[in-house]
Amino acid sequence: MMKTAERFLALAALLALGLGAQSLHASAEEAAKVSLTLKDHKFSPAEPAAPAHKPIVIEVENQDKTPAEFESKSLRVEKVVPGGDTITVRVRPLPPGRYRFYDDYHESTTEGFLVTK
Amino acid sequence: MLGALIIVFREVIEAGLIVGIVLAVTRGLRGSRLAIAAGVLGGAVGAALVAAFAGAIGEALEGIGQEVFNASILLIAVVMLTWHNVWMATHGRELAADVKRVGEEVRTGSRSVFALGVVCAVAVMREGSEIALFMYGLIAAGGSTAAELVIGSALGLAAGVGVTALTYFGLAAIPQRRLFAVTTALISLLAAGLAAQAALFLEQAGILTMLSQTAWNTSAILSDTSLFGRVLHTLIGYSDQPSVLQVVVYAITLAIIVVLTKTVGSRRRAPMKAHGAAAG
Repeated sequence: MMKTAERFLALAALLALGLGAQSLHASAEEAAKVSLTLKDHKFSPAEPAAPAHKPIVIEVENQDKTPAEFESKSLRVEKVVPGGDTITVRVRPLPPGRYRFYDDYHESTTEGFLVTK
Repeated sequence: MLGALIIVFREVIEAGLIVGIVLAVTRGLRGSRLAIAAGVLGGAVGAALVAAFAGAIGEALEGIGQEVFNASILLIAVVMLTWHNVWMATHGRELAADVKRVGEEVRTGSRSVFALGVVCAVAVMREGSEIALFMYGLIAAGGSTAAELVIGSALGLAAGVGVTALTYFGLAAIPQRRLFAVTTALISLLAAGLAAQAALFLEQAGILTMLSQTAWNTSAILSDTSLFGRVLHTLIGYSDQPSVLQVVVYAITLAIIVVLTKTVGSRRRAPMKAHGAAAG
């Protein structure tokens, strides 16, 4: 009796994990990917394009030795990118527009715009 | 130097306000000063650790470790603040009236003080880790200006301590009998704001995807990156472009805290009425 219950639980857990992984996978598939590089405190491309009304995954590679904080008010993103590291952030589907992002540690010099259309 | 001062000060405002409020709220509670000092110190150590392991935290959980970590510690602060508010509702009036505290109450009091110590630690750790990373960047970049930037950062930190002092003395000026109502409201709004911030991190991680539309955009009127905007952001959770989910989480958290504080507070106070009627 105990065994059956345990097996059932294990099966349920596996199923839940599988479903979870699948839904993660599905959302990753739908999302448009944008890759950014940060070097000498400059974003490139400085004005990446992305489709509107679709979830977006932004990948930021920091090639500088110093840490940066990838931040955007309008994209509602705030994430530390250690020196030499790469991070990804998920952004909700956006209406067409220009969305400013910047390195919070060098806001006046290090900025870019995500252009959705 | 000015740039570093501004960046550090900006990060430190939130922690400075929270520590100031906690100091005022726990005034007169036995052991509170020690708990807060330990919280701030522990938070600073935690901040250095978080900064040192920023890469590892970020890579954890398939790249959403940073968001989950931030959301988790914010939610811990929300729970601790709620707990304190409920405790205050049951014992605050007795403390205000300077009723002799019995052993059991002092113990619950010290637990509540512990909760607020944790809140301080969380606040300092969150803001502090960003400062630690920023400072690390300054030092790693080297150059002749590094020393100047470090001085700027130190001044920014000092200004943050000034915010704490200002908050504390501002609240201390409120008459004791009104103070509980004010701090209960302050802590409720603070906690709701932190819960909304936690929701934002979970949205960013892609864990919560519903209600992601922008509820309003008041960045033209009051940007939450401006000084006043930042202060309001901490105190009442103001955000210039929140998602609908954040607004919902804010409202629900606030409702839960108010209901808990009211119901538990009145239930626990009821038996006291027999001999406490004169005080009321």
